[in-house]
Amino acid sequence: MEKRVVFRHAWLPYLLLLPQLAITLIFFIWPASQALYQSVLRQDPFGLRTSFVGLENFARLLRDPLYLDSFQVTIVFSIAVTALSMGLALLLAIMADRVIKGATSYKTLLIWPYAVAPAVAGVLWWFIFNPTIGILSYGLSLVGYDWNHALDGGDALTLVIIASAWKQISYNFLFFLAGLQAIPKSLIEAAAIDGAGPGRRFWTIIFPLLSPTTFFLLVVNVVYAFFDTFGVIHATTNGGPGQATTILVYKVFSDGFIGLNLGSSAAQSVVLMLIVIALTVVQFRYVERRVQY
Amino acid sequence: MSQHSKLLAGAAAVALLTGAGAAQAQTEVQWWHAMGGALGEKTNAIAEGFNASQSEFKVTPVYRGNYTETMTAAIAAFRAGEQPHIVQVFEVGTATMMAAEGAIYPVYELMADAGADWNPDDYLPSVVGYYTTPEGNMLSMPFNSSTPVMYYNKEVFEAAGLDPESPPTTWPELEEAARAIISSGAATCGFTTGWQSWVQLENFSAWHNAPFATQSNGFEGMDTELAFNSDLHVAHIGALQAWAEDGVFKYGGRRSDSAPLFYTRECAMYMNSSAAYAGVTANAEFEFGVAKLPYWPDAQGAPQNTIIGGATLWVLQGHEAAEYEAVAAFFNYLAEPAVQAQWHQDTGYLPITNSAWELSQEQGFYAANPGTDTSIKQMTLNEPTQNSKGLRLGSFVQIRDIINEELERIWAGEVTAQEGLDTAVERGNDLLRQFEADNS
Repeated sequence: MEKRVVFRHAWLPYLLLLPQLAITLIFFIWPASQALYQSVLRQDPFGLRTSFVGLENFARLLRDPLYLDSFQVTIVFSIAVTALSMGLALLLAIMADRVIKGATSYKTLLIWPYAVAPAVAGVLWWFIFNPTIGILSYGLSLVGYDWNHALDGGDALTLVIIASAWKQISYNFLFFLAGLQAIPKSLIEAAAIDGAGPGRRFWTIIFPLLSPTTFFLLVVNVVYAFFDTFGVIHATTNGGPGQATTILVYKVFSDGFIGLNLGSSAAQSVVLMLIVIALTVVQFRYVERRVQY
Repeated sequence: MSQHSKLLAGAAAVALLTGAGAAQAQTEVQWWHAMGGALGEKTNAIAEGFNASQSEFKVTPVYRGNYTETMTAAIAAFRAGEQPHIVQVFEVGTATMMAAEGAIYPVYELMADAGADWNPDDYLPSVVGYYTTPEGNMLSMPFNSSTPVMYYNKEVFEAAGLDPESPPTTWPELEEAARAIISSGAATCGFTTGWQSWVQLENFSAWHNAPFATQSNGFEGMDTELAFNSDLHVAHIGALQAWAEDGVFKYGGRRSDSAPLFYTRECAMYMNSSAAYAGVTANAEFEFGVAKLPYWPDAQGAPQNTIIGGATLWVLQGHEAAEYEAVAAFFNYLAEPAVQAQWHQDTGYLPITNSAWELSQEQGFYAANPGTDTSIKQMTLNEPTQNSKGLRLGSFVQIRDIINEELERIWAGEVTAQEGLDTAVERGNDLLRQFEADNS
């Protein structure tokens, strides 16, 4: 049954919506339309000469094999970051949920990394994995693996995935923990009495009941991996070696803010915007059907 | 006029007078720079020194982050009409700044307009040459310039039975030394390099008197094309690629990420900026020497002279004439021998004038700090040619990234030296054509 709210004044609902509308207008519609406008222009950095080039910026991008390669890198990167950060966060949340003694300190410690800025997180892992002075690369060399993210694309991609995922684990952990605590204990106890082991209880009760949280985090994490990770990459690999870690958003950042090529950068951000809109639609249309609220 | 309004008028007149008095006393100019940490303190000290030296003008230095951030911030400020008077821009941004006619105030015009008494001939040609018009007019004021040199670990040389006082001068000698070092077990790697595009391609070209790009490396026109895929360049990068396989050369990452390889004694030699001297002194717990870059003896015209890196001060348009007088006075102060010599000795950056160099010699600085004059000797080895004056290429920040990417592919053995350099040239030329189209 649907509940309908009837407002006494016709303007009241609009007034209540106004703050949200204003935020959307200022922080999304306006910048997005600026990006659209810039993407059909070419301009020198100082803005002294501007010319309309139509879809030339887009055509140039699609002709560039390296731009198309960076799609592939982005897909691998996003899937890995999302899977790693959500998987580990879920594991940690389940563990923390079971802890009785000192639970608060565990939780606080697990939430801490979220307060670390992306660039700092990047530098941290850069030090740990530094081929010359890093502790982990030293450990790897003892087991016979020559770690060098300055030269090996696979190593570099692994490094930025770990650094990006690590930063997001705390956020995911917080939501998973809240989700777990909202599951009625009686359900789990009933299953236990019926003889279901911990694995079976997890897959038949906990995981389905967590699905709204999981779905929400999936959307947030994909958006994070797509948009919010250029700080980590900028501080560690600069997109290299070669273009092994140049994801789409990093290319937007480096072409726009380092290369000062605003037209191409704007065109790339329009492409990125379309991808994320498409992804979100897909998630809400197809994945959400499997979610049990 | 009532008593009340008389009072008001009087107050206004007093305000006007004091206001004018204050303006006369101090004209303030903003200076955005990219010098953090210890260098930032030295930079601020220069501004303080200028402010204390006279009472008419005041320079306010503002730290705006790294080179890229500072340049981007100044450009964004210009677009918003809030630009500083002086901004520090790194050498790769030169072509972008030059192309911005109407946004920049060339230094030679500024000095002439302000009626400043200055002598452009005292400036070191190999330093200012990078920043002059083809007619020899100075566009921006050199501030911190450096050139790549080779640092080497004397203790490792000794352990390998080499003479620590005669470092290799050519690439074949360097290879021989590196192999002796590796086989003796004194170190596991021969040499590494910082800023690979700047050292192994840009300066390599100048040092061997070979063009990095056509049209005199871009000085004579925006229709320039990259030329660093010549036989000489391919042979050099090919040699490095082969050496990367047996440890003669080890790649340690972009910018100065390779420094720890030298500090930890893993690599016996390290090519990087002369301004890295302070860093090497602080981090190397061994005796080290400073040598000139090696060259290929069979290349015609080598060794020529090396070119600079670092940054200059650009003046932006859109302020009052009186404020530009302050800028001119500040630039004159900056070029004073005592100020320059102090800066040079404190930081390892090159002095920008002959008189500052001479002063440092008189003060006995080079005798007390052996190796610190290697850079300037190397830069002034010969009269600069059209291949060794500098580089003036649009979108050069991005082109350097392309070069980094392609060199990394070469070091990793994914492509040959010829293929990698050809691709870099092709991708770079594409950016040059875009830049040409955007700025004509």
